[in-house]
Amino acid sequence: MNRKDLLGLLQPSEEEIEEILTLGLEMKRRLRAGEKSFGELKGKSVVTLFYENSTRTRCSFELAAKYLGAHVVNISASSSSVQKGESLVDTGKTLDAMKNDFIVIRHPMGGAPKLLAETVKAHVVNAGDGMNEHPTQALLDFLTMKEHFGKIKGLKVAILGDIRHSRVAKSNLYGLKKLGAEVRMFAPATLMPAGLAAMGARICSSREEAVGGADVVMGLRIQLERQKGGNFPSLGEYARFYGVNEDVMKFAAEGAIVMHPGPVNRGVELTEGLIDGQQSYIEDQVLSGVAVRMAILTLLGRGTQR
Amino acid sequence: MIFQNADVVLKDRLVRADVTVEGGRIAAISPCGERGGADAVDCTGLTIFPGLIDIHVHLRDPGFEKKEDILSGSRAAVKGGFTQICCMPNTTPVTDNKVVVTYIKAKAKEADLCKIHPIGAITEGQKGETLAAIGAMKQAGAVALSEDGKSVRNAKLMANAMLYASDFGLKCLCHCEDPDLSDGGVVHEGYYSTLTGLKGIIRAAEDVIIARELCLAESLSIPVHICHVSTYSGVGLIRAAKERGVKVTAETCPHYITLTDEVIKDFDTNAKVNPPVREERDRLALIEGLRDGTIDCIASDHAPHHRDDKNVEFDLAAFGISGLETSFALCYTELVKKNAFSLPKFAALMSANPAAVLGLEGGEIAVGAAADLTIADLNEKWTVDPAAFVSKGKNTPFAGMEVYGKVKYTVVDGQIKYEEK
Repeated sequence: MNRKDLLGLLQPSEEEIEEILTLGLEMKRRLRAGEKSFGELKGKSVVTLFYENSTRTRCSFELAAKYLGAHVVNISASSSSVQKGESLVDTGKTLDAMKNDFIVIRHPMGGAPKLLAETVKAHVVNAGDGMNEHPTQALLDFLTMKEHFGKIKGLKVAILGDIRHSRVAKSNLYGLKKLGAEVRMFAPATLMPAGLAAMGARICSSREEAVGGADVVMGLRIQLERQKGGNFPSLGEYARFYGVNEDVMKFAAEGAIVMHPGPVNRGVELTEGLIDGQQSYIEDQVLSGVAVRMAILTLLGRGTQR
Repeated sequence: MIFQNADVVLKDRLVRADVTVEGGRIAAISPCGERGGADAVDCTGLTIFPGLIDIHVHLRDPGFEKKEDILSGSRAAVKGGFTQICCMPNTTPVTDNKVVVTYIKAKAKEADLCKIHPIGAITEGQKGETLAAIGAMKQAGAVALSEDGKSVRNAKLMANAMLYASDFGLKCLCHCEDPDLSDGGVVHEGYYSTLTGLKGIIRAAEDVIIARELCLAESLSIPVHICHVSTYSGVGLIRAAKERGVKVTAETCPHYITLTDEVIKDFDTNAKVNPPVREERDRLALIEGLRDGTIDCIASDHAPHHRDDKNVEFDLAAFGISGLETSFALCYTELVKKNAFSLPKFAALMSANPAAVLGLEGGEIAVGAAADLTIADLNEKWTVDPAAFVSKGKNTPFAGMEVYGKVKYTVVDGQIKYEEK
């Protein structure tokens, strides 16, 4: 991979994704072995610029950068000049002038990382932008799938939940199609956007159809504000008609795994039994997250596109 | 002054002729005579249109002179071939009283380029609560009313506005948008809104208010004008209303007949416009609507913005396209070159029909008419370059596009107000 930025999974090729996953797997093995001092980014600086609250993604990036030996600075919107009205472009120019090597950005608006990337010399990594993309989440999902199944090609992946507002669903779709997996999606009609079939997803009309024969069953977080926005009557009703429970999971392929980008609403997207059960790979995803972010930062840093 | 050897676009045909102008009026349209003379302009190879009229323009003055002012907007107008423009009331202060109307008229006179007709707000401060000073604005020179950029939310108040405005012979120009349905959306809802994750606006957000205004017009028997129609379904609503005899006129804009929502796929904020650019079926329906008369005219919805208003996150970027300097060429290229509209039909969409919508003088090349003329080289191919705009707003999604039709002279009341250097 030789690119300046990682803004999404729409642009990278299958080969680039595989390269990230190969290095990610190596990082994951070394992390499991207790290694925390890698040195690939020694002498480099990484800024995490978060315009949205996040615990796990920020912590994951910060640890990834620190394990690689980089200096890390965290900026969050609440404490930054954003509240004083500084534009993203001006913030980017300032961070660039400080000679930062990487900017990891999370932003509530789609396209913000692209605008930043066009403004700065630093490598930009998208840590989630609005309803657009969340490439590192999808890549960590792939890492967990690849490690567990040995390959991704031919896997059937069911994604259920708030597809409309999900950057995770889209990055997964883009990447999984490139890697040769089948992607099924299921959501209440109010939370299913237009156009996904044209992008290669199989849009299902029931939980059972989505989960039927699936190797991976992925729940997406339902935010309470969607209920207030009139998208469904209550979390209870959501769980009853759209959630994944043990009965639904019976339709999945033998050896199927349960995934979720977190944080989970226990008993809503997935039942407690599934979250804590043998099929759950939700905790494994967290370790994959650190590993894959280490791989991404390493590969971007090795490239010549600055 | 005599414009010699031109192709002159008359109401129903094209003639090769000399056009003589005296005292600001057209004195003669005569067979081509001997060329030359003191006051002669050689128009060989050029086409003379009735002066173009744009009834939907934002001049930003007073209040947002960083984006545009009346002088810069006037320069853009005449460079784009427009002899008359109507400016929308979303200024600061809002054009909801005679003082602002008078200010605009005074600055227009000072600029002395094209004719500028102010449009007043329907409600005070565009707040949708009480009627603006409609009578006083009419007296000061307002030619129409519009809530511009939004709809009057309360249907009863809108009905009252239409009734009261009709006492003064003013028409309401309706921006049709149900804010509950558009709900903070920034692009057309469809494949590309999902691809970018940008919040979509469904057609119904526009259509339900078009339908409401049509119902009011029909129920009250008062004429109404629908601004910047962007949906195929809106065209259908208007067509059906016209067939029933509802007194409705409508406009669409150059961007809706030339672009589809694919333009937003790389988050180009210069393509962010309200209503949003939609799909191919909408584009084709709008062209068909122009062809069969459902849509009466073209308006640019010229919405100049400073770079700082566009060089931000897509969600934060201002809506609007700087359109005065590209409207003529875009529409000529799309309608005449690609869709075989006749020149008289095209001229009607850009001049006679917008004049008729608001009852303005103009729109025809005829002896005795005001000598408002747009003279263009229709064979000249050029590339849109925002850096060359005289408008302060360089915000255009058409940068780099090749178009046909270059304005060479713009003549207002017999005086050359723009000549291409």
